[in-house]
Amino acid sequence: MVARRTVGKRLQRRIWGSFNFTMLCGLGLLMALPFFWMLSTSLKVEQQVYLFPPIWVPNPWAWENYRISLFDILPFTRFFLNTVYITVTATVGAVLSSSMVAFAFARLRWPGRDKVFLLVLATMMVPTYSTIVPRFILFRNLDWVDTFWPLIVPLWFGGSAFFIFLMRQFYMTIPIDLDEAASIDGCSEFRIWWSIILPLSKPALATITILSFMARWNDFFDPLIFLNTMENFTVALGLNMFRSAIEIYGVRYHWLMAASVTVLLPGLIIFFFFQKTFVQGVVMSGIKG
Amino acid sequence: MKQMSRRARREFWVAMLFISPWVIGFALFEFGPLVASLGISLFKWDLIQAPSWIGLDNYLELFTDDPLFWQSLKVTSVYSLFSVPFGLLFALLLALLLNQPLPGIAFFRTVFYLPAVVSGVAVAMLWIWVFNGEFGVVNYMLDVVGIEGPNWFFDRTWVMPAFILMSLWGVGGSMIIFLAGLQGVPQELYDAAEVDGAGRLRQFQHVTWPLLTPVIFFNLIIGIIASFQTFTNSYVITEGGPANATLFYVLYLYNNGFKFFRMGKAATMAWILFVIILALTILVLRSSRIWVFYETELPEEA
Repeated sequence: MVARRTVGKRLQRRIWGSFNFTMLCGLGLLMALPFFWMLSTSLKVEQQVYLFPPIWVPNPWAWENYRISLFDILPFTRFFLNTVYITVTATVGAVLSSSMVAFAFARLRWPGRDKVFLLVLATMMVPTYSTIVPRFILFRNLDWVDTFWPLIVPLWFGGSAFFIFLMRQFYMTIPIDLDEAASIDGCSEFRIWWSIILPLSKPALATITILSFMARWNDFFDPLIFLNTMENFTVALGLNMFRSAIEIYGVRYHWLMAASVTVLLPGLIIFFFFQKTFVQGVVMSGIKG
Repeated sequence: MKQMSRRARREFWVAMLFISPWVIGFALFEFGPLVASLGISLFKWDLIQAPSWIGLDNYLELFTDDPLFWQSLKVTSVYSLFSVPFGLLFALLLALLLNQPLPGIAFFRTVFYLPAVVSGVAVAMLWIWVFNGEFGVVNYMLDVVGIEGPNWFFDRTWVMPAFILMSLWGVGGSMIIFLAGLQGVPQELYDAAEVDGAGRLRQFQHVTWPLLTPVIFFNLIIGIIASFQTFTNSYVITEGGPANATLFYVLYLYNNGFKFFRMGKAATMAWILFVIILALTILVLRSSRIWVFYETELPEEA
């Protein structure tokens, strides 16, 4: 009696397990499908792009799609260099300044600290779109429109509230005795932050570095507002322009996909290398509850 | 005592130095512009001629004399109303699957999370092709099961469902947060429920769901705030069309400011957006007292 019940239970568990596994595979295929579709199209010759039903494996492999779309139509090399420059300088500023600001919220004692920190958190709710008009007018008066400065300078002033929050949460886990001991040894607060706390915070620094990199790389709205001439375009703007630029050739989805794959590639590579760091960042954001 | 206060005073100034980048950034790029937006909203300004004071006319125009404003609000609300709850359910479903003892979990986690990492124009291009009416892969799959798919982005009825489907693809972030929440549920609770004879459904209903409500709550707030700020897809894919069916709020704000150069009107919309998001956040925060369950409320012996 007992034996039969456990056998039944085990069977039930196996059916449940295979049901779940089938769902997992089905959904996984569905989620990956757009990527396959994009990659496959980017390597097809034109006649194979417009087939119905479609073919999945290109034959022959049209690698020249990449050469044509990246070099022959718009200066994508330039777009890439611009984007790398903006992304790197903005990210350095965001990481340095947010880790510095967070130090004051996590490891210094001063009146009003927690209230100011609440204010920092509250700014996460303010949409960038709500401040765009005055920001545009500000940078226009500085004569910074159509330069990279509006995309870099704001990031040097605290990065983003979210980064300050992440850094503070991490700093809180480091024992405060370290600061006190260093302080008795005559270390200034700046030295404590730079030489003791920062080296211990590498995981958190890695997280915000990668989050910032992805945000800057994919940013579309701010470059759209602040950049005008093609020489200054980022890859996001360049890709958008590319789409209308190839219209004179008729619709060329294989070129469009080749350019899009190239624009996505740096992000994908970084994701695969630092997947743990990503997940950590997302989880940390959710933990505060 | 005196030395202590001197030390405290010193520490205060050092702290001010440390937060000074944020203070300057807050004043110049957040709080200042927010206040300035309110000021600009009272003017008519095309950036060429000097701004002229028109009082509340921008607000009056938007509310009483601009059907497109209401259209953009409607589009955004409908999108939010569907994409947020469906997104949460889908993310929860994925997280529940990933929380099972199955082979290849790490691989599937990557697959489900990947779309959330990529975003922006390249992904918009991807969707243009995926939802192509003639040769797109979505319509091919519909064709396989005998359905003739619509011309998604050019069809007033089907363009919004397409946008909602696109948003479901990117739920990886909430999924990871759900997964962390699920892994935080103590196994003893499931064991106890099983001893009491609770099946899978009841375990979910009485153990998983209540303990997950704080995470659902967090994802709900993030989801609503994000859905009201949809821009790139509507700008790149449809430019608000067809027939303004995807004229999202931020797109209309952008058009007013940077296409029609009506800075005052754009600033007015910017402020209304801020107020809407503030109101929605407060609403969710208030309602959370009714339905969010915090673990500290558990009786000691549980």
